[in-house]
Amino acid sequence: MTLKIAVCIKPVPDPDHYDKITIHPVKKTITREGIPTIINPVDKNALEAALQIKEQVGGTVTVITMAPPNGEESLRELLAMGADEACLLTDRAFGGADTLATSYTLAQGLNKLGNFDLVFTGTESADGSTSQVPSQLAVWLEMAHLWNVAEIKLNDEQGQEKVQEVQAKMKIENGYIEYVVKLPAVLAVSRDINTPRFTSIMGVMKAKKKPLKVCTVDDVDLDRTLIGLNGSPTKAGAVFAPSMDRKGERLTGDMDEVVEQLLQKLRAAGINLEINNGSQGGGE
Amino acid sequence: MEIGAWKGIWVIAEQIGGSLNSVSLELLSKARQMKEELQSSEPVTAVILGSGVRNMADELGQYGAEEVIVVDHEALAIFENDTYAAVLSDLILERKPEIILMGATAIGQDLAPMLGGILNTGVAAHCVDVRINEEGELVSVVPAFGGKVLGDILCPDHRPQMATLKPGILGEPVPQKGASFKVTEYQAEESLKKVTGRVKAVAINKKESQGIPLEKAEVIVAGGWGIGSNENWHYLEELAKLLGGAVGCTRPAIDENWAEGEHQMIGTSGKSVRPKVYIGAAVSGSTHHLCGMKDSGLVISINTDENAPIFAASDVCIVADAAKFLPKLLEKIKQA
Repeated sequence: MTLKIAVCIKPVPDPDHYDKITIHPVKKTITREGIPTIINPVDKNALEAALQIKEQVGGTVTVITMAPPNGEESLRELLAMGADEACLLTDRAFGGADTLATSYTLAQGLNKLGNFDLVFTGTESADGSTSQVPSQLAVWLEMAHLWNVAEIKLNDEQGQEKVQEVQAKMKIENGYIEYVVKLPAVLAVSRDINTPRFTSIMGVMKAKKKPLKVCTVDDVDLDRTLIGLNGSPTKAGAVFAPSMDRKGERLTGDMDEVVEQLLQKLRAAGINLEINNGSQGGGE
Repeated sequence: MEIGAWKGIWVIAEQIGGSLNSVSLELLSKARQMKEELQSSEPVTAVILGSGVRNMADELGQYGAEEVIVVDHEALAIFENDTYAAVLSDLILERKPEIILMGATAIGQDLAPMLGGILNTGVAAHCVDVRINEEGELVSVVPAFGGKVLGDILCPDHRPQMATLKPGILGEPVPQKGASFKVTEYQAEESLKKVTGRVKAVAINKKESQGIPLEKAEVIVAGGWGIGSNENWHYLEELAKLLGGAVGCTRPAIDENWAEGEHQMIGTSGKSVRPKVYIGAAVSGSTHHLCGMKDSGLVISINTDENAPIFAASDVCIVADAAKFLPKLLEKIKQA
């Protein structure tokens, strides 16, 4: 009955500090100095989903990332949260990858580690937020997939040796679509699917002894024309930081005066304060 | 890849349960504009997939499609990524458009990267704008780091050049006067034979949203975590109603279950809005949120913290506790 489950994760600069990101005035490169690296938040929901399924039917959970060498810290944290083993794909040759080259590299890394029944990811990363890696990963792996998954249920029929399919809900605008998906499959989960568990001290202790494999470009069977900057069909052009600054007039006085000034501003902006008021009356 | 063989601009329109997503019309207006920039004679083409969707060609035509490719089949009734991708990738390889625009909706954000993977080409994700450069290439402007940074993305050596655009970001679509268009029916049978059925849609559940959608509201009253309680949240709803507007929110208000749902969320991973008047009540102004509301007309903010980042992005700043200020404001408006 056991399932072989993978979770793809990404270390990202902490979104709470994005106001500190600047563009270098001369080099025109993005400066993110002093911003701590964290595990992309929704990736913890992906691990939680994997751990819940493992607890239900048994199996192993492998976390994998393509990242700089310090990605090891993020993986160790997820091993402490409950993953069984980890793999870091790290090499300068992977640098500059767009979503297509990233998903190819991850797919080849996963293929090296074995045949997975389920591959979890978060819907998107906080830094680039492209949300494109999960769907492209599924294309490379030739697996079924769903994106934006808010609920998963195993179709765990009696008499079957192994889980063959899952029921899942994909969130769409103002609702969801329900699917039955045959395994093997890639499932990209949204943050409302679950609440990730906390890491225990015991988990941290255990994590130190769990296997963490580091693979470079030579350790994985890869077509070198499909990785890194060269394997990326999209190319980055100019970057710029849009100004959001406005004049910022502060209204002063006691609350009645401020309210009065605000009503004048609203009228000046063409808002008719009487029109909806009449029908509203004293309430519903 | 012979790039010169790929010609014309396509918009992959989106419908769910027979209702056309308005982002499709926004994209058509943009496509017409880009056609001018390209000085192209190729018709701007809309593609619509679904079951019983032939009647949607008219609306697509009125908003700028010069050709509408209709793929009408019962197997396309509910979105299945494998099925839609099989049909669209065949259609794209047959007709070879050089540019494809899609909405950065739930469906678009799944389907566009899939097509990029299948066709081995680049897709720029949830762009805030697209344009044509001097070389006649598509330049897509994408936000990163919650919108703090914008970057140009190009796809110089692969075709088609693809981009998904955030709904609402391009502004109101403009109908073309005296538009004429042709309808082409595409038979999907051959493509559908390749679909294995590993992803099967069984049901669709869609609520019709209440009130005015955020994208169309002239006034938006947005609330953040600082509102503090569900009771206080009702002040926002009442104010929005009195001003004939809609309620928007930041992520914490959804986590706290004060807001109705994600359709109210403004920001990089939510909606981009441009109301005549935006009122932020106890919104601190994270980069994510600012990116979604910065194109508003008049921006009014109410916050207890005079150093809140929202004030730097506001026209009118009110340093006050929104939970106390709003009842007062409501009282005065009712007297007005």
